[in-house]
Amino acid sequence: MAKITMREAISQALMEEMDLDPAVFILGEEVGVWGGSYAVTKGFYDKYGPERVKDTPIAENAILGAAIGAAMVGQRPVAEIMTINFAFSAMDYIVNQAAKLHYMFGGQFTIPMVIRTVGGGGRQLGATHSQTPDAVFAHFPGLKVVSPGTPADAKGLLKSAIRSNDPILFIEHATMYQVRGEVPEGEYTIPIGKSKIQREGKDLTIVTYCKGLELSMKAADQLAKEGVEAEIVDLRTLRPLDMEPVFESFKKTNRAIVVEEGWKSYGVGSEIVSRIYEEAFDYVDAPILRVAQKEVPLPYNRTLEQAALPQVPDIIAAAKEVLK
Amino acid sequence: MKKEQLLDLYRQMVLIRRVEERGMELYQAGKIGGFMHLYIGQEAVSTGLIAAREDRDRVITAYRDHGVALNCGISADEVMAELLGKATGMSKGKGGSMHMADTSKNMWGGHAIVGGHLPIAAGLAVGDQYAKNDNITICMFGDGATNIGYFHEALNLSKTWGLRVLWVCENNQYGMGTAVERASAVTEIRQKADGYGMKSRRIEGMDVMTVYEAAKEALDFVRKEAQPYFLEIDTYRYEGHSMGDPERYRKSDEVKKWREEDPIGIFNKYLIEKKTATRKALEEIEAAVEDEVAKAIEFAETSPEPTLEDLYANIYAD
Repeated sequence: MAKITMREAISQALMEEMDLDPAVFILGEEVGVWGGSYAVTKGFYDKYGPERVKDTPIAENAILGAAIGAAMVGQRPVAEIMTINFAFSAMDYIVNQAAKLHYMFGGQFTIPMVIRTVGGGGRQLGATHSQTPDAVFAHFPGLKVVSPGTPADAKGLLKSAIRSNDPILFIEHATMYQVRGEVPEGEYTIPIGKSKIQREGKDLTIVTYCKGLELSMKAADQLAKEGVEAEIVDLRTLRPLDMEPVFESFKKTNRAIVVEEGWKSYGVGSEIVSRIYEEAFDYVDAPILRVAQKEVPLPYNRTLEQAALPQVPDIIAAAKEVLK
Repeated sequence: MKKEQLLDLYRQMVLIRRVEERGMELYQAGKIGGFMHLYIGQEAVSTGLIAAREDRDRVITAYRDHGVALNCGISADEVMAELLGKATGMSKGKGGSMHMADTSKNMWGGHAIVGGHLPIAAGLAVGDQYAKNDNITICMFGDGATNIGYFHEALNLSKTWGLRVLWVCENNQYGMGTAVERASAVTEIRQKADGYGMKSRRIEGMDVMTVYEAAKEALDFVRKEAQPYFLEIDTYRYEGHSMGDPERYRKSDEVKKWREEDPIGIFNKYLIEKKTATRKALEEIEAAVEDEVAKAIEFAETSPEPTLEDLYANIYAD
């Protein structure tokens, strides 16, 4: 298997699907001539031309309205929202239109649309440009929310997302484009709505996704040196949420922590922990802990920013706490 | 226009009026829930406009959508059934008054977030542009929708990308209870199109023939030039913004004055004066419509409710 970066994996997925299906086109701010603000669509404009790689005004409502409308009449747009922070400007289109049009009109409209966007802190961009509000979007039935943590998953999940007939928010992480990982050669897809065991272990379960996976794998390596074997369940899709691998793992380890980059309150961890208590209470040997971002708007200063974001030592400390 | 077509326009306008009058009764009887926004008074607008489209042209509108649905060819049965929340409604009872659509009739909804459907209308046109056809998207909205950001993003995109959209502002003088001059920097809404270098026109909307002629011209322009066009149509709603509106914002004299300009009355007079139809022939149309609406109510009332399993149907397509 080839080792490629997250950026290359996403770029390959887009290109392969554009080659396979002429209904697929890309639209968004700076996706064309510029090549994508995170360089994911570099070279696309020259290869596919302005009709299939559409540079838009800086107008998130227009971008997503255009994508939804085009999807309703049979195209398969991949809309890029430069960062998830700008998705708030177009909240109506994500949670109020895309998520509801299929249901509200009795199934008459389908919205085969992918919204690719970038979340996450750690790049000193200040409070309005550094958020991880994935849980907000995962709150809404009708929308699917995918957030991969490895290049292989990113590629396979994005290809599935483009082929799906549902609106999908595909959240990438701003600090992970250079992350390398093994990606299978040739054509493959990964089903949406399936969690995956990314590392096996018997002592505790770490439930996580996206950036949390990267941090949790590092924490698990260190824990292993101390004789603790952590099992890591990568959610990969936040809605629909696949809890089966989580329950299976938890019934084996009886101890768990949840790691996410977003804020702890009302977060992904809140959901996971509740479901474990609801469905697997008899297996609980210790309170389940959450590792998440401190409850502050993320500051610019590097030291303060890093202090607010969840770190590997936080995960190790939480793991040790639940093993006490 | 041929005689049959003219009489059909009359029939459509009377049908909208009767469906909504009976709808008011059903609402007051508690059989229709939620919000219900009546089109009464504005019938000439969508009737004239939609008569001018080709079948392949798409229509998308706001929540005051019963008339548009009927004009697009959705049956009174289905409109009534949707109002009553029945499984036989076009949205299977899940949309209600504000969310009527039928893609087979090229009617793309009833949308209830003010201005929210304008970028989606641009999107329908993007889809057609991408498919390299010359279908037109006719997007209707109220004067109130022209003050929200969505409007500007959608108009800007349509002109920048050369989208075939006919933007139709139904200026009924009020956004809910706020008069145009209290909410909009310009009272001639058409002027807003100037900011986007878009061709525009303002017309009176109580005479269906005026609307039809202007719509034809506008649609020809859009199709030929591959450019959007902005048509402002002055009109008036006789009933409140929605059912239960206390109407503190306007005087009864004002409503009375506009009622004298009743679009159905104007067209009735026109057809008789032009000797297109006799008074008796028009009365026959009215009687047939009464009958159609009575049957639609019966259809809706005897139709099944959605099942509880339907609660979970159509959340996702996959």
